[in-house]
Amino acid sequence: MARRTAPEINAGSMADIAFLLLIFFLVTTTIEKDRGLLRALPPDQPENVEPPIIKQKNLFVVIVNKNSELFVEDELMEINDLQQATIDFLDNGGVPRGQEGYCEYCQGDRDPSSSDFPDKAIVTVKTDRLTPYETYITVQNEIIGAYNFLRNRESQRLYGWNYTDVSKAIDEGLYKGNEDAAKEKLDVIQGMYPQKLSEVAPN
Amino acid sequence: MSKFKKEGNKELPAVNTASLPDIVFMLLFFFMVATVLRKNDVKVAQAMPSADQTEKLQKDRSVFIFAGKPGSGYEKFGTEGVIQIGDKLVDVSAVQPAILEEREKLRDELKDRVIVAFKVDKETNSGLIYDVKQELRQANLLKVLYITTQTDDLIKQQN
Repeated sequence: MARRTAPEINAGSMADIAFLLLIFFLVTTTIEKDRGLLRALPPDQPENVEPPIIKQKNLFVVIVNKNSELFVEDELMEINDLQQATIDFLDNGGVPRGQEGYCEYCQGDRDPSSSDFPDKAIVTVKTDRLTPYETYITVQNEIIGAYNFLRNRESQRLYGWNYTDVSKAIDEGLYKGNEDAAKEKLDVIQGMYPQKLSEVAPN
Repeated sequence: MSKFKKEGNKELPAVNTASLPDIVFMLLFFFMVATVLRKNDVKVAQAMPSADQTEKLQKDRSVFIFAGKPGSGYEKFGTEGVIQIGDKLVDVSAVQPAILEEREKLRDELKDRVIVAFKVDKETNSGLIYDVKQELRQANLLKVLYITTQTDDLIKQQN
């Protein structure tokens, strides 16, 4: 009796080998989800352009020395207090009611010697060349935290949601609802408290 | 008559499993390609600082700058903080061309929205990073992201 073709190698176990390799790759090569502080550097100013005149009260100066000590507006300050001090500065709204440039939404002290309006308020950071990077990041983190706090407060008041939550959802593609409308609202909030950070050359 | 006799079909033919590994290999190759960490051999120390106000890095449009003290095996480059772009250590003056070279590896439509990711060891001196940022400003690469580990409340964690 003619044999049927010799039985082929049972290929079912090749699939098992392939699955093993696949699981190996799935487990060992995690797709790194890097996270960090997003910042925008100020554009380079050409040499012959005059820098715009800024009133001293609209400038919030943070100086960090090489021992990670902070001098904020010429006063020694602990890092724990930086965020609140920044919030107070940004939210100040120093222009009195009735005058041009009055800040409707500011809830700060309205001290005339602090910032006039949040979009005129500039935070400037100066580090020493030898300041550890970790301290620099902590300072940046606290300042960004101040902006996010104020933005969240306003977006809660105006729209009932948190600025940071919606912004994160849109970035990750998880936002349920009209993204364009949400982005417009995010822009409004950003316009209320724009991030104006500058850095000065270290010593 | 015997020519047309059906064979005693007592069993159903077994499912041909020869193509199963092909499907699985396809999946495997997909993962091998998708997770190719173009991880350049990082020659510097890389202990990231922490932060809580972080955002996710969009990897498809980022170019990396690594900085820190040279790691084990690279002591010949000294003990001071150095900058690595791509797979070579560069000096601050060579940052602009090196970054633009890295940018060429991105997709064309993302080249204008490039984000420069700083993966810097936490003990590096800020002065070095400041110099690099000045170079980036001149090259008009203004979007930067400082890579950190994620904590919930930085101040609480540090105290």
